[in-house]
Amino acid sequence: MLQFVLRRLALMVPVLIGLSLLLFAWVRALPGDPARALLGQRATARSVENVTRLYGFDRPLHEQYFSYVGALLRGDFGSSTQTGQPVVDLFQNGFPATAELAVCALAFAVALGIPLGYFAARRHGTALDNLTVGASLLGVVVPVFFLAYLLKLVFAIGVGPLDFLGVFPTSGRQNPRIDATHITDFYLLDGILTQEWDAAWDALLHLVLPAVALGTIPLAIIVRITRAAVLDVTGEDYVRTAEAKGLLRSTISRRHVLRNALLPVVTTVGLQAGLLLSGAVLTETVFAINGLGATLFDAITLLDYPVLQGFILAIALMYALINLTVDVLYGVIDPRVRVS
Amino acid sequence: MTLIAPGAGSAAGDPLEGPTATVDEHGTSLWRGALQRLRRDPFAITGALIVVVFVLVALFAPLLAPYAPAGAQWGNQVTPSDVPGPSADHLLGLDAFGSDLYTQLLFGARQSLIIGVVSTGLGLAVGALIGLLAGGIGGWVDVVLMRVVDVLLSIPSLLLAVSVAAVLGRTSISVMIAIAAAQVPIFARLLRGSLLAQRNADYVLAASSLGLRRRTVVLSHMLPNSLGPVIVQATLVLATATIEVAALSYLGLGEPNPTVAEWGRMLVKSQNRLETDPQLALLPGLLIALTALGFTLLGEALREALDPKFRR
Amino acid sequence: MRRTTSRSFRVAAVLGAAAVALAGCAESEREEPSAGGEKSGGATGGTFVFAASSDPVSLDPAFASDGETFRVARQIFEGLVGTEPGTAKPAPLLATEWETSEDGLSYTFTLRDDVTFHDGEKFDAEAVCANFDRWYNWKGLLQSENLSYYYGKLFRGFADTNPKGIYESCAADDATSATITLTQPFAGFVQAMSLPAFSMQSPAAMEEHDADNVGGTEDDVRFSAYATEHPTGTGPFTFEKWQRGQQVSLVPYEDYWGDKAKVDRVVVRTIDDGNARRQALINGEIDGYDLVAPGDLKGLEEDGFQIENRDPFNILYLAFNQAVPALKDLKVRQAIAHAIDKEAVVTQSLPEGSKVAVTFQPESVAGFTDEVTTYEHDPEKAKQLLAEAGQSNLTLQFNYPTGVSRPYMPTPEDTFVAIRSQLEAVGIKVTPVADQWSPDYLDKVTGSPNHGIHLLGWTGDYDDTDNFLGVFFGQKTDEWGFDNPELFTALTEARGVATREEQTPLYEEINKQVMEFLPGVPIAHPVPSLAFAPEVKGYQPSPVQDEVWNNVTVEE
Repeated sequence: MLQFVLRRLALMVPVLIGLSLLLFAWVRALPGDPARALLGQRATARSVENVTRLYGFDRPLHEQYFSYVGALLRGDFGSSTQTGQPVVDLFQNGFPATAELAVCALAFAVALGIPLGYFAARRHGTALDNLTVGASLLGVVVPVFFLAYLLKLVFAIGVGPLDFLGVFPTSGRQNPRIDATHITDFYLLDGILTQEWDAAWDALLHLVLPAVALGTIPLAIIVRITRAAVLDVTGEDYVRTAEAKGLLRSTISRRHVLRNALLPVVTTVGLQAGLLLSGAVLTETVFAINGLGATLFDAITLLDYPVLQGFILAIALMYALINLTVDVLYGVIDPRVRVS
Repeated sequence: MTLIAPGAGSAAGDPLEGPTATVDEHGTSLWRGALQRLRRDPFAITGALIVVVFVLVALFAPLLAPYAPAGAQWGNQVTPSDVPGPSADHLLGLDAFGSDLYTQLLFGARQSLIIGVVSTGLGLAVGALIGLLAGGIGGWVDVVLMRVVDVLLSIPSLLLAVSVAAVLGRTSISVMIAIAAAQVPIFARLLRGSLLAQRNADYVLAASSLGLRRRTVVLSHMLPNSLGPVIVQATLVLATATIEVAALSYLGLGEPNPTVAEWGRMLVKSQNRLETDPQLALLPGLLIALTALGFTLLGEALREALDPKFRR
Repeated sequence: MRRTTSRSFRVAAVLGAAAVALAGCAESEREEPSAGGEKSGGATGGTFVFAASSDPVSLDPAFASDGETFRVARQIFEGLVGTEPGTAKPAPLLATEWETSEDGLSYTFTLRDDVTFHDGEKFDAEAVCANFDRWYNWKGLLQSENLSYYYGKLFRGFADTNPKGIYESCAADDATSATITLTQPFAGFVQAMSLPAFSMQSPAAMEEHDADNVGGTEDDVRFSAYATEHPTGTGPFTFEKWQRGQQVSLVPYEDYWGDKAKVDRVVVRTIDDGNARRQALINGEIDGYDLVAPGDLKGLEEDGFQIENRDPFNILYLAFNQAVPALKDLKVRQAIAHAIDKEAVVTQSLPEGSKVAVTFQPESVAGFTDEVTTYEHDPEKAKQLLAEAGQSNLTLQFNYPTGVSRPYMPTPEDTFVAIRSQLEAVGIKVTPVADQWSPDYLDKVTGSPNHGIHLLGWTGDYDDTDNFLGVFFGQKTDEWGFDNPELFTALTEARGVATREEQTPLYEEINKQVMEFLPGVPIAHPVPSLAFAPEVKGYQPSPVQDEVWNNVTVEE
């Protein structure tokens, strides 16, 4: 097992090297002087000179690359061209909000997606099946930010006769009028840990709409994968055999279908976890949540290259780590994978 | 969400090509069979209908539209808080800049089609080339190219598109290139996967043993047989492209001209008026979703139809 | 506040001339004049939640130049001089009166004697001098424009720079009297003292928490513990907590010398999306917000929310870049001016109540005159002028920014579309060039000759004509691309005059000269608006955003 993990870790190395090369090339491909691009509006003649020296834009390319990687390894990702805050700080600031949101979004998608997909498959071809498939398609074709906006309109502000639906807050992570204690900066967790139940409840209410908005695409995908996987497995010989043996339907479901269908679903969930980070770019701003997504949104709209560069690297790294975890999990569920 | 079934199977092929078995046991080609299955699938029919209407509107927008697009001709009737609603002259009223909303929506279809087709074509061309080289040549070329693709795949596609758009600046062409760039690694991996899956297929072995040159084997036998999933993917990418254009607009990286008829831009511009003038945002939003739905339905149905697993 | 990004304001472009052009706008001082100083009623309770468009950069206003830092700083700190409620005119605050010496170089401030800092230290003349000496003696990194922007710009130097600038000394004559001496006349000195950047801070607290211990580099500033956790002033609120990126909370200062705060707590939340701010207000999550979009005013009012308008202290203009050959021709500039229907631009793209501009400065600022050359909307005349100039087939590049909403330019896209249609109506072809506000747009239109006509504007920092006309036309810049020594000299002379009375006629002449020369078209003075829940009372808007919340109440 350990060997498997190590081998997978080793495989990440070339990807990371490639990624650093790509980002390195990217900054140099930006229009204009790279030092000015990195500094943005704050570029004074002196600071342009500083940055040029720091990144060595005047030195040979290979030297520049090594000093860039050296800085990365030291944890120096530069600082925002807009606020001057170090990229690492920005990342730390935004992380709890986004992690909390992503976990909730994923929980929503999994908790709803697997049962829906399973029942759709078990009733393959029925109206329920078609409805589920149709609805899951709708989930992926509406632009995420627009969905977020519509959700907010209906379930926070309330529209016309449906006004009673508007029970959720529109923005932020917690009502500022509640004087909550924060230990971990995961507000829901904080509320539970400190047993400030009003704060915990308020944090939960704030999470519902953003989590639904962010979780809709993963939900749709998980529904379809689960459905397909269950359908696949149902057609397998061992299930037919079990049926032929006259085993109870519920026993078959539990022991044979679900367990085997879970494999591709786990992979999908892992992939979605990575994508949630980029989805957050399109939802956090709508709900005024100051997480990684909103920070990245600002970096994109203001072309804050050091932040973009650092965040893309970090997100790719997290994506890779999540996939590694998924692969390991996969190995736990299915011993065949380890061996091969 | 690229859940492409690997390869279209060994029993597929062009009946006019090569000495190998290109017709399956039942005597109909894979494509013909797929078409038959599609005709029985209500999802496929719905998807196809939406796509056909969309393409027709896009092509004939100038004939269908009552006015010239992007003119803001009635700008003097629009204030920051008031946009005239439907009237005799304007079927759906004006848009936020004072152009005819109906006209803008029709021309928006055209813009979407152009962006979708160009970006998908570009992504497909580059991706397919990489995939072909990797899967066709193999060896170190494969290793290097696939590492590059891995790197690109490790960046979420939206961020990849954003990075490209940032380098290219704000033009409508850079939007297309940005969206295409995000599709390149997907197409590359897909084509390579299908090519590899066929490496040991009987007809490939047969062709090789007949002494055909490698290039000929790859180009005239393996490639045509790998196209199924690529076509499916292309259809699905057309859906993604429509949505990603909107996302880029939301991020401020879309088409620079504010009055141009582009659904994503229209949606973003008017989102805050949903309460007061819902048509301004809802209609473009709906059309984006509908178009994406059409391409997705068609793509999914095509995939199922081509997948031997579903042939029952 | 300087022209900066919608989210984070800090920043400073710069490159000689561009520095001044980019230099800042709005902000100044307290809304409530110190007059009276009656210690009225206690708190009515409750929390006042206000949504800002971005996080403060730090909490030490001496190191700030952005509106959101100043907004918070105004609650915690006070300067020697404030403003009259609802105007930009200077009014007593920590100083009850001031006298100028005959030569216009010395200012003697008489101070209140009942003021203490939040740390319990007494506010006196020594404290005033400690603040002035702190600014003057900043070294190295602290002189960077990212930090001491306003001091550097207005006093033009530091103790160890050459030249040292216009500050000479501060003397504590006695506990309640301090004299500041300058080396050169500066007619706007008293007005400038109303900027939050020149707030009085507790010398003891600054020392204890190492206020000037700013680490890092010019581009990567690490603020001191003072600036992030212990800001200590004399204002009606004391600092409680700052959750980065989310909110700053303040509580009333029990020993405040003036009207004590009426609410129990103030929370300034960061919501950068304008729409999200509006919806948070509608949903009752906040009690008020700034930068209301023009299109939202009507709806909010109909739903029973209060709209408070600031007197516009700004200008939105269309600039001509005379580096473009066609625009060098006065006839072409006049043609464009005649082509533009300012009224229509206002109705189509600006908030209701915005005034059409006659010159490049607000009416309330000294030196305004409407006896300048005006260019009425007349498309026929515009076409004729173009024909006379041989430019009937003129094509112009038109630059405008995206992703930004400034008080003087709430919806640049809409304004662009409105003006473009008017130009096209007289036969001028327009090539639109859109850029992200920051850094691209500002870099391009103020730091390079690579632009045609463009939209830009300005919000004044404090009541001083030089802060408008001098900023725009004080020297040759890439933004305007002209060299007009006569105008430059006139502005330099006016700046060097010691008193407002003598300055006024000079600036009237300059306004006439400018509108004759027509470097651009002043379009309008857009009204900046705030929105509040019906329960909020006692918010006094200020043209220079000198808004202090001690009299704000929120009825439960």
